[in-house]
Amino acid sequence: MNEASDAVVDVRDVAYTVGGRPIFDGLDITARRGRITAFMGPSGTGKTTLLRLITGQAYAERGSVRVFGEEVSKMSSKELFALRRRMGMLFQNGALLTDLDVYENVAFPLREHTDLPEPLVRQLVLTKLHAVGLRGAARLMPSELSGGMARRVALARAIVMDPDILIYDEPFVGLDPISMGVICRLIKQMNEALGITSIVVSHDVQELATIAHDSYLLSQGRVVASGTPAELARSDSAEVRQFMDGLADGPVPFHYPADDYRNELLNGGPK
Amino acid sequence: MNADTDSLPVAALRRIGAMTLFLVQVLARIGPALLRPGLIVRQIYNAGARSLVIIMLSGMFVGMVLGLLGFDVFQRFGSEDYVGVLAALGNLKVLGPVLTALLFAGRAGTALTSEIGLMKSTEQLTAMQMMAVDPVRYVVVPRFLGGFIAMPLLAATFTVIALYGAQLIGVQQMGVDAGAYWSQTQNAVDLHDVWEGVVKSLVFGVAVSLVAVYEGYHSQPTPEGVGLATTRTVVISSVLVLLLNYLLTAAFLRTH
Repeated sequence: MNEASDAVVDVRDVAYTVGGRPIFDGLDITARRGRITAFMGPSGTGKTTLLRLITGQAYAERGSVRVFGEEVSKMSSKELFALRRRMGMLFQNGALLTDLDVYENVAFPLREHTDLPEPLVRQLVLTKLHAVGLRGAARLMPSELSGGMARRVALARAIVMDPDILIYDEPFVGLDPISMGVICRLIKQMNEALGITSIVVSHDVQELATIAHDSYLLSQGRVVASGTPAELARSDSAEVRQFMDGLADGPVPFHYPADDYRNELLNGGPK
Repeated sequence: MNADTDSLPVAALRRIGAMTLFLVQVLARIGPALLRPGLIVRQIYNAGARSLVIIMLSGMFVGMVLGLLGFDVFQRFGSEDYVGVLAALGNLKVLGPVLTALLFAGRAGTALTSEIGLMKSTEQLTAMQMMAVDPVRYVVVPRFLGGFIAMPLLAATFTVIALYGAQLIGVQQMGVDAGAYWSQTQNAVDLHDVWEGVVKSLVFGVAVSLVAVYEGYHSQPTPEGVGLATTRTVVISSVLVLLLNYLLTAAFLRTH
């Protein structure tokens, strides 16, 4: 398989800092066509920042971020908007537009970008809603939905323009086991049935293991391990073990950097 | 270049600069936004129709107070006939536009800021960007235009009701002769005074709406951030309205 032409998202040697703190330093990541790629890592390792780099909401200070072979940072805002029309993104809490009902939320991209006649819009919207099992909820407002339902509606909205890439930002956070299973199955389904290249950012190791083809473990600004979920599960690197087994202390320290404990307690600490 | 360590004047200048740039962004998108009149009409309803009751109620009380105050002052000089003049000029030139703008900032401005701020903190604005929809065009411009259109209409409503309130006290209750009351008013007020009120309410409409959408759009996407932004909307737009009111009053002043 030709890996270079197969890469839909290709991140090379990227550096990025926020307020003087390095988030990434020499990050290399590839998401290949038609596969589900998972980015895992502890909170605060810049998983969401990575998504912002890929979608052109932020630009790397060094290195290259290519999507469909095009350098994201060199795109004009018009090209960037054209690129985003080929991407669907599922936000952590759905990010549904609160003043529109479920139906209009899913129809929103169609109304903004196409001139389709109403019967066709209706058909597309109902098809996508049916795919996520919420055709019956079409006339509910976002405030009437549970967390899991809101995310499914957001998924329907993300696929309504038939994107080539689907990006999931923490799709499992705060869901009950049933909703989690539903979302998991949907991610797999979207990938298999529609051939959509999927990128999932999450720290739910178990869920990801069942769906991801490739996975990356990020920690402290770089990739500490990559491979299939099974390979990661077998790895004996300290960083991988700490994350996979949920150990409190390890390469990611339990204690936030502080002065000497004894000194601080007995001497009232540094003046 | 550190926003945290700026002294007050520098911070104020920085904000004025940022707001001006934002205004340019908004103005540049008015054309495309006009293609979706439905969105603007909804915002006129939100900012205008929903503020109507408080504006009318306040206008009534302000007019009535002017009637009392005018009567109290002018009767000391034996010239109660001038109550109408005070009420008309005071309302048209100053109180109508200024009080409407202050009430509008409290009622509609805060609603705009917190609505946009909440949309930001729930990632709705980012989601729009990801759907290749410009949130300034879709969210900000219709709200700005809605406020800009609603504000002068509300000021006009306020002024008319206040004039009615003043004559209710002056003529009906205090017994000033209706003929004298209205003829003195007619003699004193000319078109220039009406223009002053119209221009002021247009300018205040831009100022309050701009501050409200700017603060919402640039709020920190957290519950505290949205709360702070809402507070800033009231503080900044109120001070701005009073400052602009002084400048415009000075600009419109004619020496006879």
